[in-house]
Amino acid sequence: MTSFSLAHAPPSLSRRRLLAAGAGLGLGLGLQMWGSRALAASSRRKFVLVILRGAADGLSITPPVGDGAYVALRRELAITDTALRLDGDFGLHPELKSVHRLIGAGQGRFAPAVAMPAAGRSHFEAQDRLEAAAGNDVSSGWLNRAMATLGGGSTPEGLSVGPVAPLVMRGDLATSSWSPGRTVETAARLPMLVQDLYADDPLLGPALARGLKTEVLAQANLARLAADLPGASGTMNSAKLSRILLGDNRDAAGRLGGAVAGFMREDGGADVVAISLDGFDTHANQAGALSRRLAYLDAMLAGLESGLGAAWRDTVVLVVTEFGRTARINGTQGTDHGTASTALLLGGGLKPGGVIGDWPGLAEPRLFENRDLASTTDLRSLFKGVLAEHMGLERRALDTAVFPDSAAAQPILGLV
Amino acid sequence: MALPDRDLQAAIAATRFGLGARPGEIKAVRSDPQGFLLAQTAPTGVPTPLRALPQDRVEALQEFRQAQSAFQQANQLQDRKARDLRPELNARRAALRDQIAGDVLQRAALGATTERGFAERWALFWANHFSVGAGNFVRTATIGPYEAAAIRPHVFGRFADLLVAAETHPAMLLYLDQNASVGPDSPLAQRTARRPDAKRQLGLNENLAREILELHTVGVDGGYTQADVTEFARALTGLSFRGFNAPAEKAGETYFREIAHQPGPRSVMGVAYEVEGEAQALAILNDLAARPQTARFISRKIARHFVADDPPPALVARLEAVWRDTDGALDQVAAALIAAPEAWAPAPAKFKTPYEFMISSWRAVGAAPRKPADLAMLTAMGHRPFYAPSPEGWPDEAAAWATPDGIVKRLVWTQDFAPQAIGTADPSEVAAQALGARLSPATARAVARAESRGEGLALLLMSPEFQRR
Repeated sequence: MTSFSLAHAPPSLSRRRLLAAGAGLGLGLGLQMWGSRALAASSRRKFVLVILRGAADGLSITPPVGDGAYVALRRELAITDTALRLDGDFGLHPELKSVHRLIGAGQGRFAPAVAMPAAGRSHFEAQDRLEAAAGNDVSSGWLNRAMATLGGGSTPEGLSVGPVAPLVMRGDLATSSWSPGRTVETAARLPMLVQDLYADDPLLGPALARGLKTEVLAQANLARLAADLPGASGTMNSAKLSRILLGDNRDAAGRLGGAVAGFMREDGGADVVAISLDGFDTHANQAGALSRRLAYLDAMLAGLESGLGAAWRDTVVLVVTEFGRTARINGTQGTDHGTASTALLLGGGLKPGGVIGDWPGLAEPRLFENRDLASTTDLRSLFKGVLAEHMGLERRALDTAVFPDSAAAQPILGLV
Repeated sequence: MALPDRDLQAAIAATRFGLGARPGEIKAVRSDPQGFLLAQTAPTGVPTPLRALPQDRVEALQEFRQAQSAFQQANQLQDRKARDLRPELNARRAALRDQIAGDVLQRAALGATTERGFAERWALFWANHFSVGAGNFVRTATIGPYEAAAIRPHVFGRFADLLVAAETHPAMLLYLDQNASVGPDSPLAQRTARRPDAKRQLGLNENLAREILELHTVGVDGGYTQADVTEFARALTGLSFRGFNAPAEKAGETYFREIAHQPGPRSVMGVAYEVEGEAQALAILNDLAARPQTARFISRKIARHFVADDPPPALVARLEAVWRDTDGALDQVAAALIAAPEAWAPAPAKFKTPYEFMISSWRAVGAAPRKPADLAMLTAMGHRPFYAPSPEGWPDEAAAWATPDGIVKRLVWTQDFAPQAIGTADPSEVAAQALGARLSPATARAVARAESRGEGLALLLMSPEFQRR
């Protein structure tokens, strides 16, 4: 079991220390991952995609307080007086305090009526479409294709957070994954011997190598995080350190955000990160359940922002969901599967601007199939705008390799 | 397509169709691998680790609910009594938590010890197909009994019976919000709306209707529309169960609540249903079970689970034909799978899920999990039993599980497990018994060269061929 002496926790992991840590783990880590990095991590553009799974309710994330039809449709689920104030048209869910602060500081914007084209109302199919964004081909995700397209010496490092790889990150380009709750025995021969067994295994070999690489970063990262915990003293083993990130509360969420930021700040760490949050399928008793999940989201975003420090300036965070929910409240104090929802765009380097995309309105004739908030904005246009201006992807690649047959979906420019 | 030799067939029967070989299993199976599997497909169902709805479970739920409401009432009134009531609530919660942990442990122990590994895998497949995920304590406490009562007795019977049993069980009704769905024109909704103090209107919740169509029967491409979902949801209104405040002998029982049912005929996927009441939903369920889209959708899913993430179309077509010809006789579908040469391809195409990996590890050493903590790592691996992330259940493809994080966690678990589990056994012998003809020379060599018994077992468990099936 690894122990960290908090008193000696490195403030930032130097290359020498990383190599030492790798050697100590017996992981046989090579120099290649750091050696090939021409750019210092701090100057690289960073992108975080947060997917809210289960169809998050845009009409609660950014309640359209200025729309005359809103309260009648949503009745007791309408968020009006308690909404955090933005302008006359929209407010923010009361739990989104940090998002509110960022928007106030010009570091946040939102698109209130976005959807993928022909998303349907099946969670699973719509999540596939959101993540693959390639018609019926769900063999790889657009984030992976976008990273692969950059190519050459500037291929970004991708990281997904969670034990199961999300489709958006799957594809030809190898990426890393991490989730809290594990340790590797130090000085063990086993990882090395298993790597030998996987030498000719195209699936397991690269996966293990990447996992071990991330593990080295994670242990240093967690030690640093624990050093900032109030009341932390003496030593904390890495299993315990990892557990402080688990839990469904604001504190754990903030630490998780901080840990992800730690991965992104390291030299050779992640440039592109995908995080999934679930629990947004609020068919019944929506108010409480949604508040808890949005509180978690808000704290995680705040932890990410503060953890990134100066690198927040070079970071864009996009929060999206597979589709929205019905405009009307249902019979069980919830809402059913709908169409358009809200996307949040955050980052230290956003250009000033207001609401992204048009608001279709909630008056009955404007509802999609007399049921849902209609979509005015193709989510791919938002993705393309961020990838073009923030990550430097070419238009041609965006219209073909990254989002096949999507030339009609123009990138939304002027965001970053 | 010819079958591989008998030794390899025996290894495949135990590890691909089954949950992994226990010591001696491959040898015992060798004389008739197909017969060994067929003998497990009796239409009476599969062994269950639990009783269907044990009385002590109902009582524990009732006691928890009572303690909870007593506490909440006192707490809302800011009564000092609330403090005195808290220990009782905590004790009831702990009792329920222990029972739930017991359900999970008993299922895992059955998997590790059963001599009918194929039947158990088949049952787990259906439990995942009709996935109910954990939520609050009450719902989580229903999942073990749900698998015991609604899934396991029917997995080698008629699909229509399995479908009806799953959709009408309290666990599913709770999970997909069905017990709160009320027909807008039902007597109950009308009466509530007339009340001057009515705070809210009762109405439809279409969650169960949608997931039955999309996930449990015809599949998302099955040709239904939003209007079909809504019509089906109307037909399902009234399908409910008695809460845990009811008398013990009735609590947790499914029943048809006539006053919540939306009156009138319905039309779902082009079929008119004139029958009223409870018979309406049952007629629709039976028709969905008989649809060719259902046969196609689930046959593919079975082939994907047993054979390859992208299964051979010819195999899917054969399973589908047997399904249609036998009106969804699941023992016959299983027999067709066992008879399919594609299912006996020498190369293992499937990567084990974390649960499969751990169960097969216990089987390899002839042991079983003994306490809930033995399963704790499944949570970190993203595969905590009863906690499927969505009604779609757990993913079944390698791309979801063979992640850098996932592999490292398997390594971490193996590192702790192997030295304790190996005891004084010879790891090379364990390897030969666990994989039979599937053991590769490279793995056999690595296991033989290990510096300790524990390391030898760890290398076996982490080997490419043990990670696959």
